Amino acid sequence: MMMVSILKYNPSIHLSAKLLKLFKYVKNKMTSKTILVYPDKQLKEVSQPVEKFDNELVEFIQDLEDTRADGPGAVGIAAPQIGRPIRAVIVDVSGRKKIKHHGYLVLINPEIIEWEGLVVGREGCLSVPDYTGNVVRAERIKLNAFDQFGEQRNFEMEGFEARAVQHEIDHLDGLLFLDRLVSRHHDLFERKTYKK
Amino acid sequence: MANWYMLTLVGADQPGIVAKITKSLLTAQCNLGEASMMRLGGNFTVMLMVSIDTPSGNSPNDGADTIRRLMTPCCDELSLHLHIDEIQGHLHDHQIPDVRVIVCGADRAGIVSQVTESLFEAGMHILDLNSDVAGSTENPIYIMQIEGIATQGIDAIELAVQKINDDGIDIKVQSIDTFVG
Repeated sequence: MMMVSILKYNPSIHLSAKLLKLFKYVKNKMTSKTILVYPDKQLKEVSQPVEKFDNELVEFIQDLEDTRADGPGAVGIAAPQIGRPIRAVIVDVSGRKKIKHHGYLVLINPEIIEWEGLVVGREGCLSVPDYTGNVVRAERIKLNAFDQFGEQRNFEMEGFEARAVQHEIDHLDGLLFLDRLVSRHHDLFERKTYKK
Repeated sequence: MANWYMLTLVGADQPGIVAKITKSLLTAQCNLGEASMMRLGGNFTVMLMVSIDTPSGNSPNDGADTIRRLMTPCCDELSLHLHIDEIQGHLHDHQIPDVRVIVCGADRAGIVSQVTESLFEAGMHILDLNSDVAGSTENPIYIMQIEGIATQGIDAIELAVQKINDDGIDIKVQSIDTFVG
């Protein structure tokens, strides 16, 4: 208990946590890249598979992550959004409460091999500022991908994380959520329902 | 200097109204902002944000007068009623809803008032509301979809909805988790 209270009230520790946060913010600012914004034609290009898993790729993924972290509330980002048309995305929905997820994910050459169920959800995009709209996505997916070190990984995902991955993979195929918008009204919404 | 106006046009619906009014506005060198058109009870309704350049020194009323003069032939032809308000054109400032409430039931007076009062007290800031009277003339059904921001959290909205305790209406509360990527 004593340790906890010392940690809690020690001003130097409090200061260093703040400095750490500031350092992280400045670092992200320095390494984050410009996000391409619709109607930039590069966003419509189909990205190419990654063939070499090397240091350059690892460094690029860090830049991509810094850009995501610098974006307003973004939980995913795709390489073509910063002008590099390769099949690489990052998804991290771990900040959302009460959802199933796999934490911070780097997905290289991702491939969805199974889809199940359909659900309407609201999406926005760093490349389409100040707009959100309803999009239909598969509720559950099975996914094969590699991480940035070339390790093969397989996932079964659902809900918000599955939506995030589908949105990001769309970027690799030159598609934006604008290409998949459904009507704002009169849709069947059937998720997270609390009935009276 | 560009001033913004909200144009409200109402009249009997017929094909081609939107094309004709927007052509009149374009010809008058007006610029459109955000717009919402819908049929309500078979009537055509639209609210249009319109901006027009007015020479500096002119009153904003001059812009409204100009728009009215330019729109009158088109409105007369289509039998549309035109109303114009000078507004602030706050673009690029959309708010993202985090809760949706769907209300259904046999139509009767007071549903909207009853539900929205409870939602307001539970901290819901309504951003979007649309409702329909469906069913038949003998048995009308009321269906309403509301989206907004739960300023006191979605649990407060859920609790407020539970307290309504009216067997005549079904109310669903859904969270809206907006993905941004």
